[in-house]
Amino acid sequence: MKAKKMNVTGKQQRAGWIFLTPATVLIAIMSFYPMIEAFFMSLKTGSSAHMKWQVPFWKNYYHMFRDKLFLRSLGNTYLYLLIEVPIMLVLAILLAQLLNNKDLKFKGFFRTCVFLPCATSLVSYSLIFKSLFATTGLVNSILVGMGIFKENFNFLGTPSTARAIIIIALIWRWTGYNMVFYLAGLQNIEYSVYEAAKIDGANGWKTFWKITVPLLRPTIIMTFIMSINGTLQLFDESVNLTAGGPANSTITMSHYIYNASFGQGVANFGYASAMSFLVFIMVAILAAINMKVGDKRD
Amino acid sequence: MTKKNKANGSSIQKRLIPTYIFLIIVSFISVFPLYWMFAAATNNTVDVARGKITFGTYALQNFKTLTAAQDLGRGMSNSFLYATVETLAALFICSLAGFGFELYHDKHKDRLFDVLLLAMMVPQVATMIPLFKMMSHMKLLNTVWAFVLPAISTPFLIMMFRQNSRSFPIDIMEAARIDGCSEIGIFFKMFLPVMKSTYAAAAVITFMNAWNAYLWPKVVMSDKTGKSQTMPMLIANLSNGYKVDYGELMMGVLFCSIPTMIVFFVLQKQFAEGITGAVK
Repeated sequence: MKAKKMNVTGKQQRAGWIFLTPATVLIAIMSFYPMIEAFFMSLKTGSSAHMKWQVPFWKNYYHMFRDKLFLRSLGNTYLYLLIEVPIMLVLAILLAQLLNNKDLKFKGFFRTCVFLPCATSLVSYSLIFKSLFATTGLVNSILVGMGIFKENFNFLGTPSTARAIIIIALIWRWTGYNMVFYLAGLQNIEYSVYEAAKIDGANGWKTFWKITVPLLRPTIIMTFIMSINGTLQLFDESVNLTAGGPANSTITMSHYIYNASFGQGVANFGYASAMSFLVFIMVAILAAINMKVGDKRD
Repeated sequence: MTKKNKANGSSIQKRLIPTYIFLIIVSFISVFPLYWMFAAATNNTVDVARGKITFGTYALQNFKTLTAAQDLGRGMSNSFLYATVETLAALFICSLAGFGFELYHDKHKDRLFDVLLLAMMVPQVATMIPLFKMMSHMKLLNTVWAFVLPAISTPFLIMMFRQNSRSFPIDIMEAARIDGCSEIGIFFKMFLPVMKSTYAAAAVITFMNAWNAYLWPKVVMSDKTGKSQTMPMLIANLSNGYKVDYGELMMGVLFCSIPTMIVFFVLQKQFAEGITGAVK
């Protein structure tokens, strides 16, 4: 960060404050205040107008870790996180590295193709994948047609394959998105750096680890945080691709929290808030770890 | 030197063959589900289930079934209204803040900025219940305000405008001040035109996010009559029955995807430029 030398007068300083006030006020009211309120709600019970303090006040949290369904949603979310994020980010860096080749032709075409899934909404692609993998869907008819399967297989009705399809769908949707960040980062690296490495006799693998990855580090950290954040809040896919099923075996935390607060049945805002506060703590901790790891390698 | 390069050219291309093959496979996987969406929208549900991947003749029929089941026009116009209002408001508020944070920066503003960045860690699912209560209390449920208010000011957009305005020429600001230009005048007359590509990128991101939003609208726009529902809510409803008409469903998905696809194709370049922070 470079410091700018300016002689700013008091009047200009005030103007600066005025410019950033609307955005600051909105964030305070729409993010920070609800976050604090969510914490207090997490110590209460009931819904909407009739909320009472829990006795003891940590009862919701106590209950949470004995709620099998919540623990399953927690496990599912981490399963998606641990498998999907690494595969996606490695694939995205690899694609960016390949597309950054000066000699490659049709670069724009390939980039557009890989980036294209981002043009669909989360609900749209969930429904497309749901249809593709339906018992009477394209994937089944191809597999049966080729003789790999004897009869149609219920991908979304079997817990393990349903989870796998959510992961595949996530990789499909988000790899191109992350690739664009890496591509932008790579384009900021002077080509002469690579030329120099080549002259020094570094091979592709070495160049990748010694030049690309260190120079891309801020971008990698940013995409990592974004992906963790996004995956911990996974909702649209769980709702629309599998509806959390079969028998809640693919449900995510956000989906379960939604069901507890706005889904069918009795709304329990206090309990839902307690679960959502845990999501907040996890997002914050993971982001903090990430920042620390990123700083150390300087 | 040039001769040598030409001779190298073909051998370089030869060495790139595995790269090309890999990229073609990835491109195919990326594009195929979308192609299939288009194709399925023109076939009847039996053909879709049978695995037909070529275009059919049922497009009009699917469209009719879709409009009979759901108020497509309202879904589209709702989504357009919400996304446009959100984009305009977010661009104005966040660019103004980015301008203030970067070009008028001092110790206190930098510290405030660091605090605002913390909002990036706040998950939507955690604020959803208090915000719902707030919107319900202010009688804003099922109005455009409930949809846009929580999404107007985002740390991401403020940071984007702030970072991309690092290369904004400060000398010009001084010159403008000497000419008697007000501070807000500098914003409208100089900052706005110079930052065009950042605005384009921010507009693409915000519009897409708004159009694609699902969890929040499901919470605050779920009037029983469906009068305030968005396109993602509409197509999600289509697949909720026991028997899903795939042709109809994909026609709906197609309508939900067309606007963001158009935005994507028209502004793809600005999007990439905006992310890199290259302001020309």
